[in-house]
This record gives sequence, C-alpha cells and structure tokens, in this order.
Amino acid sequence: MDLNIAGIILDVTEDGYLTDVSQWNKEIAVEIAKVENIELTDRHWEVLAWLQEQVKNEVALSIRGIKKSGIIDIKEFYALFPGGPLKVSTKIAGVPKPKSCI
Amino acid sequence: MKNLLILGAGTSGTMMANHLIKKLPKKDWKITIVDQYKTHYYQPGFLFLPFDTYTEDQVKKKGNKFIPKGVNYIQKKIDQIFPEESKVKLEDETLDYDILIVATGSKIAPDETEGLLGPLWKKDIFDFYTFEGALALRNKLREWEGGKLVVHLTEMPIKCPVAPLEFAFLADSYFRKKGMREKVDITYVTPLSGAFTKPTCTTALNYLLEEKKINIEIDFAIERVDNDTKEIVDYADKKIPFDLLVTIPTNMGDEVIERSGMGDDLNFIPTHKHTLQSKDHENIFVIGDATNVPASKAGSVAHFQAETLTDNIILYTKGYKLKEEFDGHANCFIETGNNKALLIDFNYDQEPVHGTFPFAKIGPLKLLKESVFNHWGKLAFRWIYWNMLLKGIAIPFVSRNMSFKGKIFDIKADK
Repeated sequence: MDLNIAGIILDVTEDGYLTDVSQWNKEIAVEIAKVENIELTDRHWEVLAWLQEQVKNEVALSIRGIKKSGIIDIKEFYALFPGGPLKVSTKIAGVPKPKSCI
Repeated sequence: MKNLLILGAGTSGTMMANHLIKKLPKKDWKITIVDQYKTHYYQPGFLFLPFDTYTEDQVKKKGNKFIPKGVNYIQKKIDQIFPEESKVKLEDETLDYDILIVATGSKIAPDETEGLLGPLWKKDIFDFYTFEGALALRNKLREWEGGKLVVHLTEMPIKCPVAPLEFAFLADSYFRKKGMREKVDITYVTPLSGAFTKPTCTTALNYLLEEKKINIEIDFAIERVDNDTKEIVDYADKKIPFDLLVTIPTNMGDEVIERSGMGDDLNFIPTHKHTLQSKDHENIFVIGDATNVPASKAGSVAHFQAETLTDNIILYTKGYKLKEEFDGHANCFIETGNNKALLIDFNYDQEPVHGTFPFAKIGPLKLLKESVFNHWGKLAFRWIYWNMLLKGIAIPFVSRNMSFKGKIFDIKADK
C-alpha cells in the first residue's frame, strides 16, 4: 500500500505502518501523529527515539518493557498516546507493529 | 563418563529423557533428571476441571512412571545454575554437567498485578492455570448463581495462548446446560487487538463470539484489581466490573532462572529459535516454556522441539554443526463448546489457515473450522499425551516441521 505524506510516497502495511524504517523522518512522524490527533511534544520525541532504539537492538516491545524503560511510566505513556499506546506510538515512530501474538 | 543433566521433569524434560536414553551411548553418557515435584500434571486438562468434564484423577499421575529406566531421577529442589562452571547446585548437593538441558517451564505470577492477590483471590477471583486454582474454580462454579463473569488475560506470552478463549466458550456451554445462561453475562478481556492471538484466527472466527453472546474488550492493559468496587482497571483508567473474575496472570519462567542470572525480564532464557541452543552458553540447551523463542508455549510445540533438540544434542556430542531446523510449529485444538472444536496448525512465519489435517483433502481433522471430529481429537489427546507424547513416541503422520500439504491459503489477517 502507498501512503502520500507531505508529498512523499511511502510504502506502508495495510494498517498503516511503514515497511521501510529508513523512509522515516520527523516531518512524516508529525503527519502520522496528526492522523492520530496527537501533537508531538518533546516528551513524545523522547519516547519515539527510545522505541526506535529498542527496535534497532531487536528488543521486543511490550507494555512491561515500557514499565522498565526508565524514561516513561505506563500512565504517562497512555496519556501521550491515547487509545492503544504501543500501537499508536510505534506507528508514529516508523517501526513495525509490535507482535505479541504468539 | 560424561553427564547430561535435565532440569525439570514436566512435558519437555520427560520427553527429552525418553528420547535421549535411546540415542546416547550408555557407556559414555549418564543421564540425570531433576524435579522437586512428585506429581506430573496433564496441564491441558486444567481447562476441563472447572466444568466437571474431567476429574482430578484424570489429570495427574506419578512423575516417576514416565522417567525411563537407566535415567537417574533426583527429586530435589534446584537452587542455582552456574553456567560458567557447568555446575548445578541442588538443595544439598552439587552436580557437574557436560550438557545441560533446561526444561523448567513457566508458571503464573499473580503478584505481578496489584490487587490480584487481595481479599477476593480464591473467593471471587480465580486462575485455572494451576491444579489448585482449577479445582477451587470448579467448586465456585458449582454453586455460583450468575452475574458478571469476566475472563481476562493479563499479558503475553502465556502458556497455551488459546486457553482463556476456550474457557469463555466452554463457560457459555456450561451455563446453557445448567439452564442459567441468561443469568450470566460473559466478557472476554484481552491486551491484544483481537480475541485470538493470531490475526487470521480473529478474521475467521470472530463469529463465534457473537454466536455465543460473549462481549469483548480489546487493548486492555491491566494496571490493578480493585477489590472494593470489584473492578479491573487499566492504565487508561478504563474499568470493567465483575462478580466472578477468571484471570490468566502474568506467566514467568522459574525463579531458579532469575537466581542464576540467565533469563530476561520474565525469566525466560534467550535461546536460538531454530537450534534451541542457549544464546549465552554453548553446552546449555533450552526447551519448552523455559525458552524465549517466539513460539506458543504449548505441549505440541515442546513435542516438535524435542525431536529437533534430540538430533542437535547428538550432533553436539559428536562435534558437528547444529541443525537450524525448528520452525515454531504448533498444532492446537481449540474447544468451542457444544462438543465441537477447531484445529489450528502454524509456525513462526505462517499464520493458521483452512484445510485438512494431517492428510491433504482427507483430513479427517479440519483446520480452522468447527467440527465434532476435532473435539474427539482433543479428548483423544489426553491418551496420546500419557501413552505416546511423554514417552517420546512420534505421533503418526504429524511431522516436526509444519507441512504445507492440505492447506488452503485463502485468508488474510484483518487490519
């Protein structure tokens, strides 16, 4: 599937996750966040960077992982990314949707 | 004489003892297995205990019945593993090993959730992942007069990921048979985005929830249990009230893994997902629920792993390269109530699909569709477990790797 954001054609999965992390940049993140009704603050960027770091290190993302992240607690995580915070935040961070489905 | 040591005499450990006694030369290798418990439980039976479908005696036997002759069986507590020294300290002795197989499994950790072990635990809040929990729940259900039944899953991974949903389906049948279904409101609560842990299953099978009038709450990450208001509360402050809560608490690996500094956050051991060798120590292998591999924590998975691991242990003793063979193959019956069941067959990469099993076109089991045949298959499995699986006898026509024969790749996961 293609998604047109800020004039750039992005390849995304059926549920809107970037298939190629290297296509990600901050402008794209801002646009994806808008669709989710989120205006990105410094706090958001911190969390997004942390998520990207985890994925780079092949650490599986989970709510439990957030609890132990040391940068954010789960309450705030929910407040920053309402709805399903892990699903929403990973979409904005341009990383694959977390699989906890085993 | 070299030592092969197996920790844990559950499904995986017992299978490995049975496989290896036949394969390792007796003049060179001594096999020892350690487990502190005397009873071997048929854990899939815990799903049926609460509904009076199985009796206590049908789900437990003496563990030593299944340990083959020639294997040294020690019933002691395991204190700590010292992987750098290739030693394991038991409660009152220390064992050396040349090869270690860790099969210490996983278990519930209700203390991970605030309020779960509060005043309502075992009064209105139950688990069925332990023998004691399943029995206590059975006694509760026998007397329960109805109300809000909440079936809840805390976080993944859990042992037998389909069990909580099966519990909800069977509860629907149970209360129907008792003529009190209209007095019971069933809600299924999951941290995932769909009822089933596999997206293709959610697509194909969501009709079951409607048919059985089971409400569903998705994306619910529990923060705490409120014992005063009888509600479960998530991090977004969403509250779900219950009269009877049946929960699957967080599942964790054994504490000995934590004491030995060998596990991840949940005490599961980092393991190579195709060879089952531990990532940190080449003479340590891990099988079943104790691993962190992204496969289901289930007996069928352990069974398929055992076949690959047996070959790899033999290769390792001879100094050959290990086979990167295990594909995450799982084969699970899902009880849907009214004496019907589904069968799903999948691996690391391939989601469950339609088709027939184990023979193309013939079946007799149908994949991803309800049938009475599948239900008989599930019931027959108890016999297969005690008489074939634990003894390491291959199940006819069912291969260790997932077969693509007889499968119809007709469904895609929902968004």
